[in-house]
Amino acid sequence: MGVLPWVWWYGFRRHTAYAAASLAEALTNTGFGFMRAYVLIALWHERPVLGGYDVNDAVTFCFLTQALIGPLQIFGGMDLAQRIRTGDVAIDLHRPVGLQGWWLADDLGRATGSLVLRGGPPLLAGALVFPLSWPGPAGLAAFAASVLLGALVGFGLRYVVALGMFWLHDDRGLNAVMLVMSLFFSGMTLPLVVFPGRLGDVAHALPWAAQLQVPADVFLGRHTGTDLLGALAFQAAWAAALLAAGALLTRAARRKLVIHGG
Amino acid sequence: MAEAGRAAARPLATYALLAWTWIRAAAQYPVSMVLLATATAVVSGLDAAAIGLLFTRAPRIAGFGASEVLFLYGTSALSFAISDILLGGTERLGQHVREGTLDAMLVRPVSPLIQVATEDFSPRRLGKLLPAGTILTLALANADVPWTPGRLALVPMMVLCGALIFAGLWVLGGAVQFVLVESHGATKSLTYGGAYLTQYPMTVFARDFVRGVTFVVPLAFVNWQPALYVLDRPDPLALPGAARFASPAVAAAVCAAAAVAWRAGLRHYRSTGS
Repeated sequence: MGVLPWVWWYGFRRHTAYAAASLAEALTNTGFGFMRAYVLIALWHERPVLGGYDVNDAVTFCFLTQALIGPLQIFGGMDLAQRIRTGDVAIDLHRPVGLQGWWLADDLGRATGSLVLRGGPPLLAGALVFPLSWPGPAGLAAFAASVLLGALVGFGLRYVVALGMFWLHDDRGLNAVMLVMSLFFSGMTLPLVVFPGRLGDVAHALPWAAQLQVPADVFLGRHTGTDLLGALAFQAAWAAALLAAGALLTRAARRKLVIHGG
Repeated sequence: MAEAGRAAARPLATYALLAWTWIRAAAQYPVSMVLLATATAVVSGLDAAAIGLLFTRAPRIAGFGASEVLFLYGTSALSFAISDILLGGTERLGQHVREGTLDAMLVRPVSPLIQVATEDFSPRRLGKLLPAGTILTLALANADVPWTPGRLALVPMMVLCGALIFAGLWVLGGAVQFVLVESHGATKSLTYGGAYLTQYPMTVFARDFVRGVTFVVPLAFVNWQPALYVLDRPDPLALPGAARFASPAVAAAVCAAAAVAWRAGLRHYRSTGS
């Protein structure tokens, strides 16, 4: 067995170590789920078939996206950025595995841990109060694939931002810009199906849609047959493009970094 | 030492001095500071963008029009921004406890509350005032309300009382972390959750939920109850008319509860040892 599965496993262990803190976060995710759900219900009361969703779809979308905030790390950030700032990244670059592969394995471990601890409570609480739209077994399998692709897209975005640290020496500005884009264009602020006209078209084509909106639509069974393959291909294309950009930046960063011995 | 003693006797002056120290530190990187303030303004304006988008799809939401909801947004966001700027730092109390930095604060001759609140005081937080202030101004200009001196006077009153209620919630959320060090993730649902909730008319939410945020966590008094008077709307919970003007009393009660909780937490604190 290679080293990367171990990196994944330690990432998982690290992010499940403080279960109480994760459950506290899940509580807040759940609370926001209810508040967002009531706002969406009020909107769907006025427009019952807005964007092809019925009111149950909208409420399901809301609790599902609240459950995925942690696993897909919608609020951004990666520990790698701090390691670049402090110079610890030099150690990472000395490892006999690629920097990107190492951090991808670590991040997927984090995502899995977060899914286990923070994925359940919002969906469970939502299901107790509202009738949610659940997928069948095939839909659930497609959803699992879609979430994995969404996690790859999310990692791709955050990795590129973290590497920006090599050139900017401060990641807060970039992170802030990413946060705005991520909150607005992922469907977190409002489902993208609510966005009118051209804004909606643009939002549906951006990587943030591939991160959150597409997995939610797959969960709701809005993509079937070849359409489903198209949706997954859209996610895969963004994941491939972002990971390729990350690989190029990693090579450039290797040439950029100067390590002084001492 | 005598100077420090005098400073401790004047909490507001101490607060201003410490905040100014952090602002000067942040101003060493002026470009970063301006960019971050702008980004903070945009992030906190996203909620207003969401409200704008909602109203492109429906003329009224839960019986309220766009300018009325933006009035609620403006008063809520401005109150929250003020309280966040002044006391938002208290949400990191658990971190101070875990890292042992609270011990260092306890030996200094300044209230630990002031130190926690001003720690890392960042001028970028001021960016939050921008969308809140702008939208409140716009909403007031467009509001279809027969303005009377009473209604007009109630608007600054609601912002002030709202800020005090949120300030109490920040300190309460911090005080909980004396006991439950890892509870920060959950206390956010009081503060940030309260800020989100009060942007919308309570007619959006289920009746029992509204009772909860009226009688248990009195978020309805941040802006909803006074706004019913300003906008001349009936109360869906049919509370007596005096409730429209109860915000100052509620704010005083929340702040008193927060002060008691903070003191109890500080007494309870036994450091981590080594």
